[in-house]
This record gives sequence, C-alpha cells and structure tokens, in this order.
Amino acid sequence: MSRLVLMQGNEACVEGAIACGMRFFAGYPITPSTEIAEYCALRLPMVKGHFIQMEDEIASMAAVIGASVAGVKSMTATSGPGFSLKQENIGYASAAEIPCVIVNAQRSGPSTGLPTSPSQGDVMQSRWGTHGDHPIIVLSPSSVSETYTLIIRAFNLSEKYRTPVIFLMDEMVGHLREGIEIPEHIEIVNRKVIKGGQSQHMPYRIPDGECAPVFAPFGEGDRYNITGLIHDESGFPTNSHIEANRMITRLMRKIEDNVDDIVATEERYTEDADIAVLCYGGTTRSVLEAIDEARSKGIRVGMFRPITLWPFPEKELFKLSGKIKKLIVAEHNYGQIVLEAERVVKNNCSLKFTGKVDGTLISPAEILRAIEED
Amino acid sequence: MSRHEIMLTGSGGQGMILASIILAQAAILENKNAAQSQSYGPEARGGKCKAELIVSDSFIRFPRVTNPTFILALTQSSLDNYTEGISGKCIVMADESLKVPYWLNPDQVIRVPVLDTARSRVGKLFTANIVAVGAINKVLNIAGWDNLKKAVLMHIPEKTEEINIKALKAGEMMLCSYQPAPSAERLLIA
Repeated sequence: MSRLVLMQGNEACVEGAIACGMRFFAGYPITPSTEIAEYCALRLPMVKGHFIQMEDEIASMAAVIGASVAGVKSMTATSGPGFSLKQENIGYASAAEIPCVIVNAQRSGPSTGLPTSPSQGDVMQSRWGTHGDHPIIVLSPSSVSETYTLIIRAFNLSEKYRTPVIFLMDEMVGHLREGIEIPEHIEIVNRKVIKGGQSQHMPYRIPDGECAPVFAPFGEGDRYNITGLIHDESGFPTNSHIEANRMITRLMRKIEDNVDDIVATEERYTEDADIAVLCYGGTTRSVLEAIDEARSKGIRVGMFRPITLWPFPEKELFKLSGKIKKLIVAEHNYGQIVLEAERVVKNNCSLKFTGKVDGTLISPAEILRAIEED
Repeated sequence: MSRHEIMLTGSGGQGMILASIILAQAAILENKNAAQSQSYGPEARGGKCKAELIVSDSFIRFPRVTNPTFILALTQSSLDNYTEGISGKCIVMADESLKVPYWLNPDQVIRVPVLDTARSRVGKLFTANIVAVGAINKVLNIAGWDNLKKAVLMHIPEKTEEINIKALKAGEMMLCSYQPAPSAERLLIA
C-alpha cells in the first residue's frame, strides 16, 4: 500500500518545484501565499538553492528574472495586490523570453480587498495583467496532489517555451492539507542552452526547429543584451516595424501553434451528461460534491475542468458543447472565464453562470441549486 | 463508509490548528483520507479560532465542514458560537469548565476536563491540545495508539516529546470508561 504524506497545498507547490529543479525564490510575503515563501526559506538552503525576501513584489519579480537569466529555475509567489505589482516585470519576462513561474494564490479583491478570503478573481488578470499583446500560460490546480504535479508542469512549459507561466492557485487549495502520494518518477524539461562563446552575439536568432531562442546563461562567457524593448536577433532594441511584427507574431505563435501540447483538461461523467459544469481550481471540489448529489437524484450532469486556463481549451469545450444541452460555468468571481465559454460554445448549448463575490466559498449546495434550477 | 466532519474550536494560541494537523496526520498514517483547513484572518489571532478536519474512508470531494459530526470547544465563546444550529447527531466535546448551551441535547455532549488535566495532571496548560487529541481519538477512533503517537511526535518541537506523550495518554485516560450514549453511539456507527 502506498504511503501518503500529509501536506499543505502551499507546501506541495514548493516541494514539486524543488523536485523539478527550482533553486531560486524571491518574494514578499502576503497571505494566502505566505507559506510558500516560508517553506522556500526553509527548504531551498537544504538543496543548495537560494531564497531572498525582497523589499517588495516588484523587486521580487525582477530578482526572479535575473536568476533565471543566469540559468537557474526560478519562482516567486504572491497574492492579489502583489500580483498587480508584478505585472510590469511579467511583461518583461514575456518579451525577453525568460522562463519563470509566478504563483498567485488568489484572494478577494479588488485592491487589498477582503484579506484574506478566497476568490478566483484574477483569471483575466493572469491573462492580460501586463500590457500589450503577449503570450502567457496559466495553470490552475484543484487539489494538494495536483498542486505538486502541476507546478512541475508549469516549470516544464516555462522552460520549453521560454515564457512566464502563472500558477493560479486559490486560498482553498493553498491552505488545505491533504494526503498526497509523492510520484517516484517525474518528467523534467530543461531549457535548451548553448555553451558560452557560441552565440555569435545573436542570442535571439531562432535555430531551425525551435520556437524560442537558445542562448547561454549569463555568466558563462557570452556577452549579449536583453531588453523589454522590441529587439532583433542581436537582442538590441530596434524601431523597425518589420522586426516588431516579426517578434510579436513569433511570441504569440509559439503558444498558439502548440496549444495541443499546452492545454490540459479533465472531464468527469460527461459521457451521458445533459448538463456539464465548467469549473477550475478549488471550486472543482464543490462541483464534484454537487455532481455526486445530483447524480444520486438521477440528474445526468458531468464536469469539464480546464487545468490549463490560458490558452483556453477552445477545442475541447467546443466538442463537449455539441453533446450537452446546458453548460453551467461555476467560478468564484463575478464572471470571468464565462466570457470565454460564451465565445467558444456559441449557440451549441444553453449557458448559465453561477458565481460569488462575498468572500465565502461556493458551497456544494449552491452548485446543486444551479444544476437543479431550469 | 465512515466519515467524520470535525471542528476544533477555542481561542487563538490554544493549539487547535496543531491538534487538527496531528489528527489529520494520524488518519493519513492509517491510510484514511483527511482534509484539514483552518480559519485565517484577524479573528484567528487571540480571538475565536477554528480548525476543520474531515476524515473519511473514501475520497473527499468538498474539503470543508458543512455538517459537523464532532465539535471540540475549549472556550465558552467557541462553544456558544459554533454549536448553534448544529445537528442533534453532532457530538460536542466541551471542556468541563464551560456552561453547556440550552440548545444542545445532553446526550450529544461529552464534558471532559481538558484544560484541568493539562494544568494539573500533565503540569503544563499548553499541552491542552494534545490532551484533546487523545480524548478525541478515544471517541472517534481515528487511529491506533502507535500511529497516533507517531503523528504527535511528527509535529511537536524537539525536547517536548515526553510531556506531549504524557498529555496524549492523559487525554485518552480521561475517557477510559467512556461509552457513547445510546444516541451518540448510533451516530458513531453511521
């Protein structure tokens, strides 16, 4: 029989990250993400990693980018207002193609909001929080076990596509303690690098067959420029409209062209379902309980869960919408991912939203009511 | 299928969160499913404190307590606040020093001297949470003695092993002759 380990969601986030090679964390504590920083401070020195508490969230994000440029897998964690502060540098990481993972344990907002009540109000911010057209990958776990395995995936995608990945947790999962089984084998993807001195000063020249640049980490002998400005293959700023178009288009397409690799979803009881509930993160747990109850009453209801929130699983949801009569979107906010669902589902099936903004969790009874109502 | 929805309540600093973590750990060591969480925010600091724990033989979907089956209360305000409106089937373990509210059925209440046992028999009031762990396990049978002891040792500071195990034993001993009241017994079997 397997031995389970009791772990908090925030701890599982750190353990998973360390297991796949995260060795640098910079952050500024904020509930409900604080345990991630605390646990990193404890665990990173044990694996010859580094933890820094910076003076604020902006500097933390900058430090993470710096460490990653030097070749170290790096992470920061924050919540609500701290996530807002990190946005400028997230854009920088996106433009300069620096892999990093940003954990956002969501709490009620806007502003300092309702400290430190649960919410899922940062879904749109995680996609569009930083300005300009930019690629981003956002993953959302629904259990402590999944937090462990999904943070590994977050790093893998970040390294592979050289892009910031937002790990969108919520208070419910971050503060939950559950038994988890630590997987014996995990898949680890490391960014491609070249040896110092081989870039011919063209760090952003994309090698054949690659979708992202391959360059030597800072400090290994190559001298090159990194900037948030539109840059050409040399990494130096340019005002060329041709280069600007080329760069932004390539950034967007490195995600768009690989959605099948990036998107992950979970479906439960959808084979015979008339109704499906779309949910993600901690809300999933209420939905599962409600579905169980509804099914015991003979209602054929299933669940559709985007594990990858961004890019949004369009193909998967569109396919499901052709098989069901009604889609209920349940999220712990005033209605964010429901806009994507509407765009994708069109008139394939009817659509209904159930959400909440009072700082308390959506209960299974509330989901059940939404399922039972016409 | 057995499922307990447990709330441990008291005032901040009494160690209710640690007690819930230890019971969750004991359940995990027994290969049961457990989900533990706690109240956050200013009200948890010095004021009312609540830790939640679900222990189940099957997968726990919603991990928060919606219909408590067991409540521990170590302060009057937590006893008054968290037991109002609960099911008549919920067992309430209250410290002996507290006044049992009128809305509770005496059959569902177990009055035990948690605080006094910690203070006089164990010798340190701060062990009250471990005394409570011993008493709760006696009633709910979450884990066998070995796993319970192991769970305590996994979560306490070094050099406090002896006094905490003494507290655990004292907690169990408090209820050595405990027999569930007929109504409570039905509840425990269900």
